[in-house]
Amino acid sequence: MFSSFMMNAWITATIVAVIAGVVGFFVVLRGTAFPAHAIPNGAFAGAAAANVLGVSSLLGLGVCALLAALGIGALGRRGRKDVATALALVMMLALGAVFVSLSGEYEPEIYSLLFGEILGVSTSEILPVVLLGLACIAAVVFLYRPLMLSSIVPDIAEAKGVRNHRMEMAFLVVVAGATTMTLPVVGALLIFSLMIGPPAAARSITDRPLLAMVLSVLIALGTVWIAIAASYEWNWPIGFFVGVLGALSYGLGRGWAALRRTRRAVHAVHAEAAQALAG
Amino acid sequence: MTDLHWIFEPGFFSSQPVHVAVTIGGVAAVVCAIVGVFTVMRGQSFAGHALADVSTAGGSGALLVGLTPLTGFIGGGVIGAAAMDMIGIRRVRGRDLATGIVLGASTGFAALFLYLDTTSAAVTGATQQILFGSIFTVDPSTIPIVAIFSATALVIIAVIYRPLLLSSMSDDVAAARGVPLRLVGLLFMLALALAVGLSALAIGAILSTALLIGPAAAALRLTKRVGSALALACILGVGSTWLGILLAYDSYYWGSSHRGLPVSFFIVGLTFALYLASGLPVVRAHAERRAKQSGEAP
Repeated sequence: MFSSFMMNAWITATIVAVIAGVVGFFVVLRGTAFPAHAIPNGAFAGAAAANVLGVSSLLGLGVCALLAALGIGALGRRGRKDVATALALVMMLALGAVFVSLSGEYEPEIYSLLFGEILGVSTSEILPVVLLGLACIAAVVFLYRPLMLSSIVPDIAEAKGVRNHRMEMAFLVVVAGATTMTLPVVGALLIFSLMIGPPAAARSITDRPLLAMVLSVLIALGTVWIAIAASYEWNWPIGFFVGVLGALSYGLGRGWAALRRTRRAVHAVHAEAAQALAG
Repeated sequence: MTDLHWIFEPGFFSSQPVHVAVTIGGVAAVVCAIVGVFTVMRGQSFAGHALADVSTAGGSGALLVGLTPLTGFIGGGVIGAAAMDMIGIRRVRGRDLATGIVLGASTGFAALFLYLDTTSAAVTGATQQILFGSIFTVDPSTIPIVAIFSATALVIIAVIYRPLLLSSMSDDVAAARGVPLRLVGLLFMLALALAVGLSALAIGAILSTALLIGPAAAALRLTKRVGSALALACILGVGSTWLGILLAYDSYYWGSSHRGLPVSFFIVGLTFALYLASGLPVVRAHAERRAKQSGEAP
């Protein structure tokens, strides 16, 4: 499991989990689950196009993820946001299908782009992933305060001079960056699971933003590591484990939150009863 | 007729796969247009798209156990709709998250089923067929089943039409008038699951959102009246589906490679173009002028 051909997978997956945990925290906070789902699917078209044109797939991914992010941001400004996102998403997917059909490599190609292929990571791909990952983290650190403000209290942010629409665009670009690096590993459809399951779980455990972000990274790391190990052990696709574990961690987070609420309620009732008795 | 040769490549009218495709595509487009108008009004595009991904898992699972993909699309969609209702997608707060979680889990299952499909020798071309559709290869014997599912979806919408309309415009007003919101919402999700399943058969599971949202969103931009939006959405949906089928058929004769482009690409492209066109300032101004002339609130 830790032999040399698996090392690349472990390293990239670890970086992917850290980025997904951090960026995903804001995805959940801002309620931009749908765009976060749409951008990776748009990037799928890029990877397929790069294959036809014979350029690096990372380049294709990056360009198309960026186009998808800007397109969704621009279209969403003039019409209903969810409609614009849905239509941009299927348009990019359909383009991807055409490129794949042009390249003549059907099944395995589509499959690994959508659902990921951990063994497909080569050593030369690690450096770009690290660089892009650092860029994403740097962008989040740089935007942290205004992004946080515009996510939680958009009105106050606007009053303080934060342009909410620009912030939205900037954030979608960060999501695009995160997508570009994560797609080859977990696939277009499942980056989304990683960006939403762990942060959602973390958010239901704690309300403190920094703590939630750290937790979200930890849960994402756990999810990816277990997924790789399980996928290696049973030879099932990694996407399956990422998807199911993502949902599972959210379920556990919700359960934990519910448990705490009931406990708090019980405490409150006890306290009231004690007061009533004393009075 | 000979002049039309440039538009309709040889054999278009006599080919049986084309007849089947035109029938199924047309029916699916009508159901999607009608359900889609309410989906857009209720702001449930994401739910519609998530159901599409759930049907992907359903369709690929059905192939695995030897059922037809349509059974899986619809079955998966109905289960997904129930699951989303259970974890509470009706509340606006946290609705996206609940939808996203169901979506994420179901794509995980789709990954597994498709993997098992492709590794089992009995099924070939599963990934392509389930995800991106292949309407030209649909078996004619599916038509009666398609008719039953379509009729069911349309009957559901007809029965709950008024309360659905009311709750789509304002939940509060509907609740005050005694509309059972949860029941109406659940029945609507059922109709949505049926529409998505039919669309998945026509243009592929992960693209099915296009037929559901595209024509409806374009129609709602052009008219504010629900009745005319429904009619317009049907026309736009059926129009782009049939034109897409024609273009895909003709594309076989384009260039010298003789490799047709996917039907789904043309249909999705046309609905996307319609949506963009409906947002053009010229078109919108025209629609608003007409609305004013007919004495309707803009």
